[in-house]
Amino acid sequence: MFIKGFFPILNRELLAYFRSPVAYVFIIIFLTANAGCTFMLGNFYDSQQASLEIFFLFHPWLYLFLVPAVGMRLWAEERRSGTAELLLTFPVRLTTTVFAKFSAAWLFIGISLLLTFPMIWTVHYLGDPDNGPIITGYLGSFLMAGSYLAIASLTSALTKNQVISFILSVIICLMLVLSGWGVLSETLNTVFPVWISDLVGQFSFTTHFDAIRRGVVDIRDFIYFISIIVIVLMLNVVILESHKAS
Amino acid sequence: MIRVNSLSKNFNNLLAVDQVSFEVQQGEILGFLGPNGAGKTTTMKMLTCFIPPSSGTAEICGFSILNDPLQVRTQIGYLPESAPSYDEMLVGEFLRFVAEVRGYSGIEMKRRVGMVIEKTSLREVENQMIDTLSKGYRQRTCLAQALIHDPPVLILDEPTDGLDPNQKHEVRSLIKDMSEERTILISTHILEEVDAVCTRAMIIANGHVVGYGTSDELLSQSLYRNSITLCLRNADPRKLLDEFNQLDFVYSVENVPDSREGMVTMRLFPKNKETISCQLEQYLCTKNITFEHFSVDRGRLDEVFRELTTVS
Repeated sequence: MFIKGFFPILNRELLAYFRSPVAYVFIIIFLTANAGCTFMLGNFYDSQQASLEIFFLFHPWLYLFLVPAVGMRLWAEERRSGTAELLLTFPVRLTTTVFAKFSAAWLFIGISLLLTFPMIWTVHYLGDPDNGPIITGYLGSFLMAGSYLAIASLTSALTKNQVISFILSVIICLMLVLSGWGVLSETLNTVFPVWISDLVGQFSFTTHFDAIRRGVVDIRDFIYFISIIVIVLMLNVVILESHKAS
Repeated sequence: MIRVNSLSKNFNNLLAVDQVSFEVQQGEILGFLGPNGAGKTTTMKMLTCFIPPSSGTAEICGFSILNDPLQVRTQIGYLPESAPSYDEMLVGEFLRFVAEVRGYSGIEMKRRVGMVIEKTSLREVENQMIDTLSKGYRQRTCLAQALIHDPPVLILDEPTDGLDPNQKHEVRSLIKDMSEERTILISTHILEEVDAVCTRAMIIANGHVVGYGTSDELLSQSLYRNSITLCLRNADPRKLLDEFNQLDFVYSVENVPDSREGMVTMRLFPKNKETISCQLEQYLCTKNITFEHFSVDRGRLDEVFRELTTVS
């Protein structure tokens, strides 16, 4: 049964985050960086808009470094400390273990994201914002963080070294962010047919997140992020299985 | 309870375990001996379904490691090498986590955690962070997690490694106490453990089984089997050597260097490793030779181990 062992592993993993000072450092950096990007880089007050569009604008870039920092320890640490041998000999499916560990880290990022709630107060204090885009923005941001995290979990399974895991996941995530970047699309258009740059753009986190943060609810964008999470985590299972075999 | 059939494991071009077969029944403690890198841990990892075999198979309580890995894991309590556990957890917390993963909750979980804490004498460190534990307590904490579901099969990879003599004694006593209704496989390179704990032993080298049997059966392969060490005061060693060499039940005699003043020590090796103590005592009595010390050697496991593992 998939669910057997899921919650104990999730709880333990979540507890491990909060037992480590790294978790609190992450939360402080995440909140500070969010505020810094929104108010200083994004000129939030100058925009004269009571919305969180600018707040969400920087999330793909913030997650690029912060989420791999959370995910790099997921498997690398288990393998380094030898606890993987313990964890993977419990009567729990490997798929369950992978999803449980991922869910704990995702929940941790979700908690960090929830701690940005003063931003919601701020826009409500300053004006009369439409709550729809705020809710979808948060949901989209959470899903996008999950996609980054799934990639970090995958790279963490590839190596015992957390630094290598971090660098690998930053590189992969950067490619998925940049593939939707306008400059890249224009460059591709000069060399390849337009459909190629469109196709590359469809794989980008930013392409799908931009629509969500603007409040455009297209189920395909949500499916995109969920698909990335599921596919990459299944790949994570395959990688762990192949590690065991070799 | 454990039935291993031609189990092999290749790591790229390295043959770590080659066609290993053996059986361990309920109530038995099989000691898995071998030098470092012999394939002990790899075999154990295959039996616990941590790594898949390259060929061959094994059954644990009737469940195949290839077809029923989840069932196999419910039957096994596993103590991995170097006793890994989560440093940031309290001992009690860690054991509750393991109990929950194994499907226990509520009162039953508390009962089982309490039981293993008592069994492994962890009560005084129950609320201590694992990170701060001594090696002995860490080992016991990991052993406790292996017992939480009261498994019929225990696979313990070097359970006394790094423990002080008192802790070793405690862990060995615990293993012996549990053996009656369980099947236990322990790996070790501490040879005294075979006599202290195991009912049988298997010696593995370069992935092959090179020796198998009870402690006595293995000792019977020793050159020193039934040899007699004799210490005599103020005797003429050359005369004694000649005399002993002429005895028909003696295969050979050696003069053992003895630093004590006026003492001569001889070691007599019997023909066909047979027991010759009675015949020798009778001879000494007849010849009126008095001795200070007389001892019979059962054989030396370290010598058998060296012989088997270096020849292979």
